[in-house]
This record gives sequence, C-alpha cells and structure tokens, in this order.
Amino acid sequence: MNMDGMGIVKGMGVTLRRFLGTFVDDLKWLGKRYYTEEGVARRSSTATRGIFTVQYPEEKLSVPEEFRYVPFLVYEEGENGEKCPRCTSCGICAKVCPPQCIWIERTVNPNTGRPVPEPKAFYIDIDICMNCGFCAEFCPFDAIKMDHDYELSVYDRHQKDIYDLVHLLKPVSYYATIRPKNFALEEAAWAKAAHKAID
Amino acid sequence: MSEQTVAPVLERSIENELVVRFPEYVSLDPRKGYSGVLVKPENLIEVATALRDDLGYDYLVSVTGTDYLPEGMMETVYHIYKTTGGPGLVFKAQFPRDQAVVPSLVPVFPGADLQERETWDLLGIRFEGHPDLRRILLWEGFEGHPLRKDWHEPFFEDEVKPFKSRWPEGHIQRAEDKNPFSNNVAYPPDFDPDNYVEDKDSMLYESLKRSIKQQGSEIQTDIVMVNMGPQHPSTHGVFRMVVALSGETIVSLKPVMGYLHRNHEKIAERNTFLQIMPYTDRLDYLSSMSNNFGYALAVEKLTGARPPERAEYLRVIMAEFTRICNHLFAIGSLLNDLGAYFTPILYAIEERELILDVFEAVAGSRMMCNYFRFGGVARDLPEGILEQIRKIAFDRLPPKIDELDLYLTNNEIIRSRTEGVGVLTPEQAIAYSAAGPVLRASGVPYDIRRADPYGIYDRFDFDVVVRYHGDAYDRYLVRIEEMRQSVRIIQQAVKDLPGGPIQESKPQYQVRVPAGEAYGRVEGPKGELGFYVVANGKPNPWRYHVRAPSFINLTPYELMCVGNKVADTVAILGSIDIVLGEVDR
Repeated sequence: MNMDGMGIVKGMGVTLRRFLGTFVDDLKWLGKRYYTEEGVARRSSTATRGIFTVQYPEEKLSVPEEFRYVPFLVYEEGENGEKCPRCTSCGICAKVCPPQCIWIERTVNPNTGRPVPEPKAFYIDIDICMNCGFCAEFCPFDAIKMDHDYELSVYDRHQKDIYDLVHLLKPVSYYATIRPKNFALEEAAWAKAAHKAID
Repeated sequence: MSEQTVAPVLERSIENELVVRFPEYVSLDPRKGYSGVLVKPENLIEVATALRDDLGYDYLVSVTGTDYLPEGMMETVYHIYKTTGGPGLVFKAQFPRDQAVVPSLVPVFPGADLQERETWDLLGIRFEGHPDLRRILLWEGFEGHPLRKDWHEPFFEDEVKPFKSRWPEGHIQRAEDKNPFSNNVAYPPDFDPDNYVEDKDSMLYESLKRSIKQQGSEIQTDIVMVNMGPQHPSTHGVFRMVVALSGETIVSLKPVMGYLHRNHEKIAERNTFLQIMPYTDRLDYLSSMSNNFGYALAVEKLTGARPPERAEYLRVIMAEFTRICNHLFAIGSLLNDLGAYFTPILYAIEERELILDVFEAVAGSRMMCNYFRFGGVARDLPEGILEQIRKIAFDRLPPKIDELDLYLTNNEIIRSRTEGVGVLTPEQAIAYSAAGPVLRASGVPYDIRRADPYGIYDRFDFDVVVRYHGDAYDRYLVRIEEMRQSVRIIQQAVKDLPGGPIQESKPQYQVRVPAGEAYGRVEGPKGELGFYVVANGKPNPWRYHVRAPSFINLTPYELMCVGNKVADTVAILGSIDIVLGEVDR
C-alpha cells in the first residue's frame, strides 16, 4: 500500500459526511431537532446521524423502566392519609447489600418485648450505596425499590446524604408511575397469592 | 470438577502423567473439590520446565496464592494451558506460613513477573530468584500483606458480611467518624511519620538502573529518567511509567501502578458470593458484562448450576456487545493518544451509546450492569428491546464499523505512528502471558471461545482474528475485525434466541457453594479474564482472585518499548488497551 495521502483524504470524506449529516437532519427537522422530546428521542435512536449530543440539563434523556438509582421505601396510603410502609424490617435488604449501606432498627413492642413488623428507623447512606439493586431484587414484600431520580447533588453530604425514613418513604402511586410494568406484574402476583390464601 | 476424583493409574490425564514422571515430588491434590497436582516447592522450576518443553503447556496464565490460616500453611497456585487449545492444568506448591518462600518461575515463564510481585505484595510469599521483587500495588512502606487472613484494615468491622451492626439494631454510624483521619493508617513499628523522609522510589530507580546495566550499551551516554504519569493524559487514568532515555530512545521502562488500588480481592473475601457480583462490574468498568460472565462461570463450576438456554443466549449477546463497546473505546482512545483528539473517539462512542442504551434498559445501568446471576441472568429483555438489538446488530453496526475502518485504517499518519512500533513476537507474547488482542496480533490464534469453549460459544460460527506483525497497528486491526466477528455472533444469537426461563431456579440471595476451588475464565475484550475462587462451604469465598488481563498484558510492556522513541510509549500503551480499574484492582 502506498502512502500518498489518499487514506487521509478518504478519512476526511467521512468527517465531511458526518458534518453534513447534522445539517441535513437539522433542515429536515427544522426547529424541532433540539429541545423537544421527539428530537431527543430521534437523536438517541438507531436512526440518528450527525451530531447526537443531548444538551443536558436543558434536555434530558428519558430513563428506561429498569433504570436503578438509590433505593426508596414504598408506602401504602392509609384512609386518613397516613403512611403505612410495606417494610416489615425483616432485614433481607440489609443482609444482601454489598457495601452494607442499609441500617434498620426493628420496632419492638414495649409490653411484650417481641418484634413488630415495622421499621422503627431505616437509614441508607447514599454515599456508600452502589446502586446494584439487590435490595429491590430480593425484598419479599416489594417494599424497597430503586428510584429513577438521579439528580442528588447537595451542598453538605455529611448532613444530607444519610437518608432516613422521612426521606426514603414514597407512595405506591409514585412507584406505579416510574415502573408501570413491574408494578402491574407484582400486583397481579400479590392478587394471585391472596386468592390462593383464601382458597 | 470431575478430574479430581482419585484416579486409577490407568486413566490418561496430564495430572497422572506428571505423577508418574515425578513420583517423588508431584502428587494429586487430595482435597475434596480440588483438582490438579501438588508440587514440592523446591522442584517447581523443574516441573514447570518439563511442562513447557516436553508436555506442551507453554502458556502460564495465572499465578496467585492462597492463605490457609487454619491449617497454618500457604500455597501458590499456577494455572497453565496449551496455546494449541484444550483444558488446562493447575499446579500448586505448599509451604508453611512462616516460611513463605518458593522459587520464582520468571526464568521459565517471564509472564509470571508482575503476578509474582503482586502475590508477594498482597500475600507475603517471597519468590526466590525473582529479578525485581518489589511491592507493586501498595507502596514500599506498607505494613503487612493484606490478603493474609490475619491482616485487618484500619476500618475493620467484621470478618464477613453481613455485618451484625446493620440489623436488627441498626444505629447508623459513619466509618470516618468512628475512625478519624489521623489514625486510619497502620504504620510499621519503627515508623515515625513526623520525621519521615520519602524514599519509597529508591527501590524503583535501583531496579531501573539494574535493567539498564543488563542491556549494556557500547557508547556511554547520559541516561535521563523521565516520569510519565501518574497524571498523564495518555495513561487513561492514574498509571505511571518511569522511562530511562538515551537521547529520545527508551533504554528501560518500569510501570508503576496501584494508585487506584482498593484490594478488590479482600473486599470480595468479606462479601457473600452474590455480593461480589456488582463489585466485578467495577474491575474493568468498560466491560462489566464480561466481568460478570467470568465470575458467574467460576461460581457455577462450584455449584454445578446450569443456566437455561435463553439465559445462555442473552449472556452471549451481552458479552459480545460488551466486546464491541470496549473495542470502540480502545480504538477511540488509541487515536486520542496518537494526537487525533476526540473526533475518532466521539465517532466510536456514538455506537457505544446505543449499546449502552440496551444495557440500561435490560440491566438497569449503563456501565455497572450487575446483570448475571448464578444459573442465569437477572431479568429478561423488556418489551421492544429485542427489536432494538436487531436494529443495532443488523442495520446499524456493520456499516458503522466499515465507516470507522475507512476513516482510520489507511490513514497515513496512523500507519506511520503504529506500524513496526511495539513489536512482540509470537514466542515473546506466549512467554510473557499476553492475552486477547495483544496475543492474537502477534500471530497466536488463541481465543478461549474457541480454544476452551465456555457457555454456548461452540454453537456459533465466527473466526478467530489473527494478525502477524505483532505491532501496535496489528493490535488495532485485530480490534476492528473482532468487532465484525462479534456482530456475526450477535446476529446468530438473536436469530436463535429461544424462549423460556432466564434463571435455573428461584433467585436466592444466599447461594450454597460447596467446598472446593474453581477457575472460571472468559475471553474478555482485553484478554483472558479469569476468576479463581476457593470456597470452604461458608457463605463467603475463602479465596477470590482475579486474573486481570490488562494487568498481565503490561508484563511485556517494557519489552515492547525498549528501542522505540519516548513518544511511542503512548502509542504502545494505547494499543495494549488497559483500564486502571482492572490493573490496580
């Protein structure tokens, strides 16, 4: 093979084609390629060409349902608006957690001294959490789930990055909106189990 | 795990052959769940030489050690294979803990160099006759050898996870608060931090001088020492090389690493088997699916779990996508190193983004996938993802790889920077335990997917990519072609993808692993990625070792560099393709 510079020229042709591709798409999508949902979807699809950058934070990529980022606790809304956590403080999430970032204090009935299936305190140190999703995967009560909210920066991590019950509890309705398919599957499974129990 | 059942003399196996040949100092490993042979430490070199020269076992892939504290003994563990393919052999040398000395295998297998240094550093096993036995991942003043079972770190809480303090009375406590900055380091007994004068590099420079002398040049010129790194843009992280230069020519080079060391293996020995899985993602963080694959294979060898068909196919699809991602990144950053700033890498990353989108939808995370489970994978493909995989594998990737090829391969600047640079002959590549594209670019057609198939790789039609010059350019060419082969595999896997379950049994967080040892290895994007796991029937592994390809591929780095110009170190390092998360572990 000779070294006459044709390799560079051909390579520059690729760059030129890419460069033009951006403008072709800009013209085709006149005014709609940026800062619109379809535009972002198009740029992150397999049909994208030219520049595919997403202008975060003005534009955001939507996250898929399975996306996992820092766990939260699911609570059922009571009749009077009270929060009933699904968590029974069985401790499986704390045991399966690889970096051991979950601390659970079990509620104990002061009269009998026996444990009550409800957490007295629940902490997650999100600085340590590695977002592996094991807690959600192995929770037998569907009480702990992985969140979709990834914008967690704070000014004081020592004060704000240890999440307690107040911070962790989120309603079932929220869970149903971020993970509709999983939610439907789990509800069906629970209904089936309940049906069996009645039988 | 079938070889180890006490074999009648008639059975023909390499283990028996060795025992017959060296009856005085080789014996079958009698422990339940273990395989291979035990060699008396003083005869290691003789046995290793016989294996290499007479029996065809020329490729020493892994050297490590295990500390059996309760038995009061330690052992070194060697995994050796034939470059012509087939299963390997494991041999071990046992000795008491307080006399941890074995002869070094570097004279027979130079590829043991960095690995023996690592074993010395972390386990305190001294290798007699090693040319340059210094610590490698830790600094010279470090107290103790952390992988010994009686060594405890300053933040030590408990021998194994889960820690008792988390449940049922979990009062949150920060490790930093419990252990303030001033006393979170253990110093050697005669160490006074106030009057400490730093000389930790004197050994390094001594060793450099030694290797310069060995090469001996006729003309006496001043040798200049240049430190490249730890903060150097070409090192893709915190990697440092000390280069001895005569003019612009490299006379000697020593890699210095460990700046990202966190003792992954100690962490893993604290964890339960399942808890290790997300940590493997963080080894080579560009190819987490492959890391998962290797570790899952090792544990499955112990438990005997067999993933269902659909899971096997999903594993292959994900592992091959990972290879494409990795090679795109490797090529992109090689071009960055060569001075083609950011246009090639961004073109390459574009396709990688689409693949990461698939990973995110399937595994929940773009890079820290944590997708494999023992006996299956974590979850099935969500709706619509198979269609996306099809689009990527059939319509998108093939023309894009061709485009990258057209864009870069014949570029005269790239060719003049990489052709003939960093040459590694096939003999050297094998002797220095090089793996993956580095090995195959030197003309050795060794690919574990073919040589010792795992999973369902024996069902797919693909070529083992080989190039014959052994230079940086050929390593680049191997990567381009391997991407095409990976696309082929994905296309076949997608076509044949069966339905059915994705896990063998109901997922469990406590995996029962019977006592024994296993070595699971995969052809990772960077080379042979192996996991050596020793279980003792408890929920945590007793020993866990990673045979990290980018770490071991650095063993021939000096050899490739000597004689080249200083600017070529960058091109050569880029062509080896290292990820510091895996080098330093």
